[in-house]
Amino acid sequence: MSRLHSARGRFIDRHSSMLLIAPYGFLFSLFIIIPVGAAIVLSFTYFNTIEPPDFIGLSNYINLFTNDSVFMQYVLPNTLLYAIFVGIGGYILSFFMAWTLAQLTKIPRTILTVIFYSPSMTGGVMLSTIWSVIFSGDKRGLLNTLLLKMDIIDDPVQWLQSGSFLMPIMITVALWSSMGVGFLAILSGILNVNQEYYEAGYIDGIKNRFQEIIYITIPSIKPQMLFGAVMAVVNTFKDGGTGVLLSGSNPTPDYAGQLIANHIDDYGFIRYEMGYASAVSVVLLVFIYIMSRVVGGIFNSSDE
Amino acid sequence: MKKKNKQGNVLAFGVNPKRFRANQLKFYVYLLPVAAVMLLPIIYNLITAFKPLDELFAYPPRFYVKHPTLDNFLRLFEISSGTAIPASRYLFNTVLTTILTMLGNIWIAVSVGFVLSKKRFRGKNALLQINNAALMFVSAAVTIPTYFVIVYTGLRDNFLANILPGLVAPTGVFLTKQFIDQLPDALIEAAVIDGASDYRIIRKIIFPLVRPALSTVMILSFQTSWANVTASNLYIDNETYKTFAYYISTLATGGTVSTQGVAAAGSLIMFLPNLIIFIILQSGVMNSMVHSGIK
Repeated sequence: MSRLHSARGRFIDRHSSMLLIAPYGFLFSLFIIIPVGAAIVLSFTYFNTIEPPDFIGLSNYINLFTNDSVFMQYVLPNTLLYAIFVGIGGYILSFFMAWTLAQLTKIPRTILTVIFYSPSMTGGVMLSTIWSVIFSGDKRGLLNTLLLKMDIIDDPVQWLQSGSFLMPIMITVALWSSMGVGFLAILSGILNVNQEYYEAGYIDGIKNRFQEIIYITIPSIKPQMLFGAVMAVVNTFKDGGTGVLLSGSNPTPDYAGQLIANHIDDYGFIRYEMGYASAVSVVLLVFIYIMSRVVGGIFNSSDE
Repeated sequence: MKKKNKQGNVLAFGVNPKRFRANQLKFYVYLLPVAAVMLLPIIYNLITAFKPLDELFAYPPRFYVKHPTLDNFLRLFEISSGTAIPASRYLFNTVLTTILTMLGNIWIAVSVGFVLSKKRFRGKNALLQINNAALMFVSAAVTIPTYFVIVYTGLRDNFLANILPGLVAPTGVFLTKQFIDQLPDALIEAAVIDGASDYRIIRKIIFPLVRPALSTVMILSFQTSWANVTASNLYIDNETYKTFAYYISTLATGGTVSTQGVAAAGSLIMFLPNLIIFIILQSGVMNSMVHSGIK
């Protein structure tokens, strides 16, 4: 077949791969690579946005881990606690619920999937409006009313302004909305496990559901599990502002809901110490990376 | 062998059963309470949105509404008429942002997914690795350097600041690429022999076949851009460019009882389109999620 091309036509055809990737590559560099790179570079400087950045080596990191009592006393333990409950807990919950749903017939399964997935659609602003009504501090708050009626408490509790309740509430809310894309991936993976594996498994002596899950289901959907793990961890840190949104202040009351993301905003947008805030950003990115590995490894460590 | 059906075949323990059996009942014992916990906050929000002022102030608060009213929705749009910017303007900004972001995300997911899946060139593997690593990217971690990027590229106070950051969606690209992976190469080779350019292959072959994957891309893209407040909070000062989610957030932080109803109405407007789109697209999503695995 003979084709006549103008010079321009040949160019765009010959370089089609590059041209197709170019817009994404450009934006990807602009909004991921450059910000991450800039965060790393700025983390070695003192930068207050007025004077040019001043190179100070590792000082920011040293200060962060030795001098920053708020970070070591509140932010880091809070983040760890939150990550364990929401990241790992949410992941296990997603798997367990997905597995259960896969045991049902199609119509109830679809309805329940939509219900379980719904909360994950209420990120950010919606999350705080929906829940602040329930945890509202006056006696009209739903939880306060309930507990007052049952005589468990005598006075309304300022749930969202309380140092001891804010974190458990944040974890509850985050777990509530944790069944997102990762959950769907796991569910879809389980539904598509080759049925013959199960049959073969039973011939090989699998006796119960638990063994079925450990020896057949999880190994068969390993790729989806890994994707689910990454999504669970990202989901944990995506709404870093939940505590601030719920309590309405940064820093959160008694630093109870202070996570690494809030610490970044605190230094970056409130104190204008951009170099220091960047160091905290780098720590958060490393933390997310390690978490993804750890969570991804929970179900996958047995073989390999 | 524990279970046999009538034909005497071994039965697996019933993943994706065709019919209801009594042994599925035990799952409902815990599924239904969990489903209730998942739904109640959303339902309470729905009820609050339709409560008239006196019922919002009522003590104890009721889990139902006696005289449902649209007052909260009307007030949502009235409150802002006192200021220079009507709520409809915020809503328009959000709709425009969402549509453009979705179209952009779909186009990027298909074209980049195709190239990363079916084309052969040097450095492809490195690009794949970079995109996979970016699945872990959380933009909240680097708001400060991103802010500088926005300033230096002249996007500050520009409507495009609502859209451009949202176009970088590594998850959508990854899922589409995984989906295209399982399309047979022969399909594309045949088109190449017929003299089709890559652009034509994408339009005529890839695009119609990746519809299920695009459902997922659309949902993810809709969810993030519909609820986007980052740009309005940090990059845009001009009120006429800010989004509806931002407007709702300004109401919610007030926190008084009278604004509770309005904030609930706003949340409902934020939530319902998400739900409807998910219900419409969910079968496509489930279809494409099979290929979501990270190998």
